[in-house]
Amino acid sequence: MLRNAWIIPALPVASFFVILFFGKRLPRKGHEVGLAAVGLAFVLSLVAAGQWIDRPATLLVEHGVTEHGAEAEDHGAEPAGGTDDHGAEPAGAADDHGTEPEQEEHEATLTAAAAVEEEKAEHEAEHIRAPVEREVTWYENGPITIRAGTHMDGLAVVLVVVVSLISLLVHVFSTNYMHDDRRYTHFFAALSLFTAGMLIMVTASNTLQLLFGWEMMGVCSFMLIGHWWEEKNNSDAALKAFFTTRTGDIGLLVGISILFFGAGQTFNIEALNSAALAGDISRGVLVAGAAALLCAVIGKSAQFPLHTWLPDAMAGPTPVSALIHAATMVVAGVYLVARLYGVFWSAFDIGDGGINPVALFGGLTILIAAVLAFVQSDIKKVLAYSTVSQLGYMVMALGVGAWTAGVFHLFTHAFFKALLFLGAGSVSHAVHSFDMKKDMGGLRSSMPITFKTFMIGTVALAGIPPLAGFWSKDEILLGAGENGYGLFLVVGLLGAVMTAAYMTRCVYLTFFGSYRGHGHPHESPPAITVPLVVLAVLSVGAGLLNAPGILLFTEWTDNATVLTAGVAHHEFSVSTAFIGSLAGLLGIAAGYAYYWRNLGPHRLTERSAGAKSGYRFLENKYYLDVLYTDKIVGSIKGPIARAAYWVNQHVLDGAVNAAGIVARAAGRFTYEVLDQKVVDGLVNGAGAGAEESGSALRVLQTGRLQQYAAFLFGSVVVLGGALVLFV
Amino acid sequence: MYLNQFLFLAAFLFCVGVYGVLARKNGVLVLMSVELILNAVNINLVAFGAFHGTVTGQVFALFVIAIAAAEVGVGLAIVLLIYRNRRSIDLTEADLLKG
Repeated sequence: MLRNAWIIPALPVASFFVILFFGKRLPRKGHEVGLAAVGLAFVLSLVAAGQWIDRPATLLVEHGVTEHGAEAEDHGAEPAGGTDDHGAEPAGAADDHGTEPEQEEHEATLTAAAAVEEEKAEHEAEHIRAPVEREVTWYENGPITIRAGTHMDGLAVVLVVVVSLISLLVHVFSTNYMHDDRRYTHFFAALSLFTAGMLIMVTASNTLQLLFGWEMMGVCSFMLIGHWWEEKNNSDAALKAFFTTRTGDIGLLVGISILFFGAGQTFNIEALNSAALAGDISRGVLVAGAAALLCAVIGKSAQFPLHTWLPDAMAGPTPVSALIHAATMVVAGVYLVARLYGVFWSAFDIGDGGINPVALFGGLTILIAAVLAFVQSDIKKVLAYSTVSQLGYMVMALGVGAWTAGVFHLFTHAFFKALLFLGAGSVSHAVHSFDMKKDMGGLRSSMPITFKTFMIGTVALAGIPPLAGFWSKDEILLGAGENGYGLFLVVGLLGAVMTAAYMTRCVYLTFFGSYRGHGHPHESPPAITVPLVVLAVLSVGAGLLNAPGILLFTEWTDNATVLTAGVAHHEFSVSTAFIGSLAGLLGIAAGYAYYWRNLGPHRLTERSAGAKSGYRFLENKYYLDVLYTDKIVGSIKGPIARAAYWVNQHVLDGAVNAAGIVARAAGRFTYEVLDQKVVDGLVNGAGAGAEESGSALRVLQTGRLQQYAAFLFGSVVVLGGALVLFV
Repeated sequence: MYLNQFLFLAAFLFCVGVYGVLARKNGVLVLMSVELILNAVNINLVAFGAFHGTVTGQVFALFVIAIAAAEVGVGLAIVLLIYRNRRSIDLTEADLLKG
């Protein structure tokens, strides 16, 4: 399955087309196809994961050999190069390898082992599982060969499993949630394609393919966020999401191009990573490329300052929000950093402990988004800002060199964020609203399953041990602290306090107090609650995978790039764990005191002008939307419109008018000269000639027989004379 | 006997016939002049045939005589019809085909 990983994304792609063309005629309007395809993809992902775990660790990689270790410079690139070799071979050879996986592992071991003998094993080395890469030639153009293929390693396997699982649960959830939707079939088609986009991106072996999946998601997010496009707000939100991520996507295209030329014309991700780590890419090019890629990450993973699209994307149906926020789309950016970690590591000196852009944007995002989550009254928007904030954690983790922690947080976050979103969907299914302040409250008795699962999600998100969120967040804090990023440790702790507090507020407004809405809310049907329960179990248990003493996740996801870069795995620290959970508890306690015990400065905004203006500042989301739409877009669109008008009036109209004038002149010439003079002249001339010659010849036609005979005789005489004389 | 004597006679007859065809107004006389032309040709044919010692000339002359007889039949019928319509056989008056 690792070699045939292409089947996993191919299934939802096929499902997309089947649903699109035949969905409406199927008895269940196409959702059975989507469920089957994604379900099968999930099973195959599990098979792939099993094979990955069973895979013997044969690839020898040394720790911390980057371009800084001058002695081992050539050598550091070699283990990664060993696996990369077969990627550079012609497609036929790569396929041959496909039938004998042992052979390629063997080769990789040999090269690595030989290298180690030469160096007398100066560095600490470790055996890890070799990634399974399989490529075919897409097309060739001169010396450049562009390949398409799959690259399966721990990171890809984890993402494939998470994506297909979350997608499957979202499919199940949607069968009920979207039941009477008018575009039910199209919804499932788009859902399939969206999943396919993420799977293609995750399994991609080269940056071009990654870009392909990335853009597929962009299009699908547009379709899904704007699913109810009849309302202006929804189509606006879809456009906003599309354009904002598009702004960043330019960076991806630029970054891929820069790295393609910088690393000697290759799109291969492994090759890019090893080239970056070995210092084969010149410093300036590398930094430019990484900065461009970072723009893409900021756009797609909704980092400050391009995070504004994500809360607006809540206009889409709730299952879509869950899918976008938990497993796909927004984690694409995080995945990009994790996948091309060698490039980011070398370009931004992540190992050196200074402030670098990746960590900086991540840290800023944590705080900025967390603050905004406090002033939202829409339950989905609270969760949206929470997602932005948690994505900030992941990016910051990658930025401070805690690679495994970042990826692990991505993994655990997928479960509890999907749980929270689907929980919010379940609540809105019951009360037909998303407004916590107006239409919710006291739902814990009427919706017990939703309440319990939502609580589990909240506690997991708040980072209370032993739930999933605690373990991953703890690792991030630990990494930040141990790698010398003290500032970001503080940021992370602050974020943890705020996360716990706003989630407590959210839970209070939704499930406690008295019911403020209309009608009688009731528990949702099994199609909605079953995914909730599954996700709740995972939210509790997933974190244990990387609990101290187990550390399976670290072992599974270790790859050559990370080890070569020298990402450190830190020992579990009780003090960090204690402080981390204390931060979470502090947040919950603050929320409890404020809402349940009515302590603290209530109605502050009504008493203090400063607090009120601060509140308004937050309500308007730091005026970033105003800045973007009114100031930046507004100031640009006027001149652009005027320029376009000018071009239209002068250039385009000029061209059109000129064409018209020329055509008219040509027409007149044709009529007056060609038609009237030449053609008519010929016709009239023929007639007139016939008439003239006729009237001239009629003189001869006297009707007198003897004159004719005389002409006849005369002619015979002349002809006879001519015969005698000339022949 | 010399050939040229017959040729002179034929030429004389031909010229008389041509004169008659072009100059006479009487339709019957024009037809008779055509006969003269044809017989001039017949003399030539028979004379050359005899001169060369073959019968070809005489055979052609016989054909010409037969066709001349048919021609005179048709011609006289036309003249007769003209006379019936116009009470005159003056060819200068029969110019209805004037352009």
